[in-house]
Amino acid sequence: MAATRARRHRSYAINRPSPAGTIVSYALLVAWAVVVLFPLYWLAVTSLKTPLDVNGGPFYFPFRDFKPTLESWRYIFVDLGEDTFRPYLNTVVVGLTSTTITLLLGSMAAYGLVRMQYRVRFAAIASFVAGLVAAVAVIAAGGPWQLALLGGFALFLLLLQTVARRFKRALGNDDIAFWMISQRMLPPVAVVIPIYIFFQQLSLLDTWAALIISYVAAHLPIVVWLMRDYFQSVPLELEESAAIDGASRYRIFRSIVLPLAVPGLVATFLFVLVFAWNEYLIALFLTSANAQTLPLTVAAQNATRGPQWWYMSVLILIMIGPVIAMAIALERFIARGLLVGAVKG
Amino acid sequence: MRLDRSAGAVFILPAVLVILIFSIFPLLASLYVSLTRLSFSEGGIHLTFVGLGNYAKLVIGIDRTHFIGVTVPLTPLTAAVLFVVYGGFAFLLVRYLRGPGRTVLGFVGRLVTAVSAGALVWLVVDTVMTSGRPGTLVVTLIYVGVDVSVQYLLALGLALLVVQRLPGRRFFRVVFLLPMMITPVGVAYLFRMLTDTSKGPLYPLWAHFGLTDVSWVTNPWGARLAVMIGDVWQWTPFIFIVLLASIESLPVELNEAAVVDGANRWQMFWAVTFPQILPATSTVVLIRLIEAFKIVDLPNVLTNGGPGTATESLTLHAYTIWRALDIGGSAAVAYMLLIVVTFVGISYVNLFRRRVTAMA
Repeated sequence: MAATRARRHRSYAINRPSPAGTIVSYALLVAWAVVVLFPLYWLAVTSLKTPLDVNGGPFYFPFRDFKPTLESWRYIFVDLGEDTFRPYLNTVVVGLTSTTITLLLGSMAAYGLVRMQYRVRFAAIASFVAGLVAAVAVIAAGGPWQLALLGGFALFLLLLQTVARRFKRALGNDDIAFWMISQRMLPPVAVVIPIYIFFQQLSLLDTWAALIISYVAAHLPIVVWLMRDYFQSVPLELEESAAIDGASRYRIFRSIVLPLAVPGLVATFLFVLVFAWNEYLIALFLTSANAQTLPLTVAAQNATRGPQWWYMSVLILIMIGPVIAMAIALERFIARGLLVGAVKG
Repeated sequence: MRLDRSAGAVFILPAVLVILIFSIFPLLASLYVSLTRLSFSEGGIHLTFVGLGNYAKLVIGIDRTHFIGVTVPLTPLTAAVLFVVYGGFAFLLVRYLRGPGRTVLGFVGRLVTAVSAGALVWLVVDTVMTSGRPGTLVVTLIYVGVDVSVQYLLALGLALLVVQRLPGRRFFRVVFLLPMMITPVGVAYLFRMLTDTSKGPLYPLWAHFGLTDVSWVTNPWGARLAVMIGDVWQWTPFIFIVLLASIESLPVELNEAAVVDGANRWQMFWAVTFPQILPATSTVVLIRLIEAFKIVDLPNVLTNGGPGTATESLTLHAYTIWRALDIGGSAAVAYMLLIVVTFVGISYVNLFRRRVTAMA
């Protein structure tokens, strides 16, 4: 522990800029902070304005330029009441659950792709496509989809066990990873109707489950890609010595690799949460009254009378509140020194 | 190292299955829909098979000006630009052929990349630098190119600033993440508020230049600039946090060795830090590239795609004709986007990322 502290101290000395550098750094940091914070300040003052104040021109400071009012806040919390709280609860539940599942499945896959060799034979893919084509043909001919999928799957297994064994050419880890990320290339607008039909068939429309499953599938590729890089930087020596001590792959993953990849896990957790928290189009299609999330409530403030800026500002502010709290709580894990001193000794 | 054979499958299969089940159906369904035309008949909707009709409409048919834009014959300026760009491509190809690691497959791949990229460059140059008009494809390419490069440079600079041991750096780290946390629709409305020339907070600025009556929305490049500023504002934090986490997890020993050898900060960055964060860089740029191609909320809310179709992105294009119930045409636009992104993604991975990860 003392050694770790000493190392941290050394890195402290290296990264400390000169006095002139300090001034320049602060100037740049403050400049960008203003760029970031000014729009948010504008949201905050807009939320305190009456419609008249908003339309009357730019008023910058409450009390000096205009008389602030909590009318919009009252409307969102009291008048809308239940229509604010239910989407809020939905957003929290769907966001946290889907992010946790995504992070778990995604880091496992990422670890596999970093430390193990996979070979997916072309023949296996061809068998899969053949089974799929058969299933699609049956559905197109009017057969029931359950039966068609079963038949297609059977054909796939059959081909896999017989013909496919003869061919050796295969795809490797990089190809699997690229296939995963390629799933994000189709724009959502092309995907929503099939997804809608998918969940309609499962009678899951307007439920948490539909949103959670969609978000897990949608964000898995991002987690896999980001976590791959972080796992790559975990020293192989540690894993090897654990393996020599008799630890299983699962044990190594859980007790050594995951704790050492905490900065990456935290960063990834944060923006997968942000993505799920803010997703709009899929939520628009899959939910109605029950499972509606907050982005829909924000967009709904663009009424026929034009955008209700004051309500929108309140909603955006209460939406980012919890995420900011989370970012403040988690930020300190994204700090140097967690890996330091682990390898030596 | 001990190898438990089943472990490999256990680690990767859950993710693969979820993605597979969830991606194949939408992919096939929208491919099929893109080959049909939706019509309303008695007793419901009807899909008529039209083959490649929807695609032909975009590339050579009535939607050509919308999708590709108005192209004009070469001017001296465009010819000069294209000559330089194509010369560069040719030089790279020749260098590859003379290099040690050449293969037939590698050359064919690079040739295809060069020809396709050449076509896209021609399209951009011919519609932007002339009296022509860029279509949604070109506008999207401009958004992606400008947004991702500006975001990367800004994010790298900011990440390097906040890894310094400055008092208050934790404050800046959290503040810099804020734009990413706002829902994209919200950001779009926020920027519509900010860019309002008569009621927005920048009113004094517009008044100073006498621009209060001239709505910037009527100027194609003004409107595009507004969209790009919004996108940069929102997504710089994404690259920022990835690079920050990557820099923070680097071992300090190398930096110490560099200091002992008398390296200055600039040399330390280029020789020590930058090569080590290249893998993370290549990943986050690829993800941002893919996501940037799907930009929709900002142009939709901020400018409604206007003036005309000047700020319309491909996804917004797909979205507008989808709202007009041309579901087949919309799916065709989406597939065109898929083809372009796949091309860009594969080229990027093969030409850049593979080299970077091999180095690390």
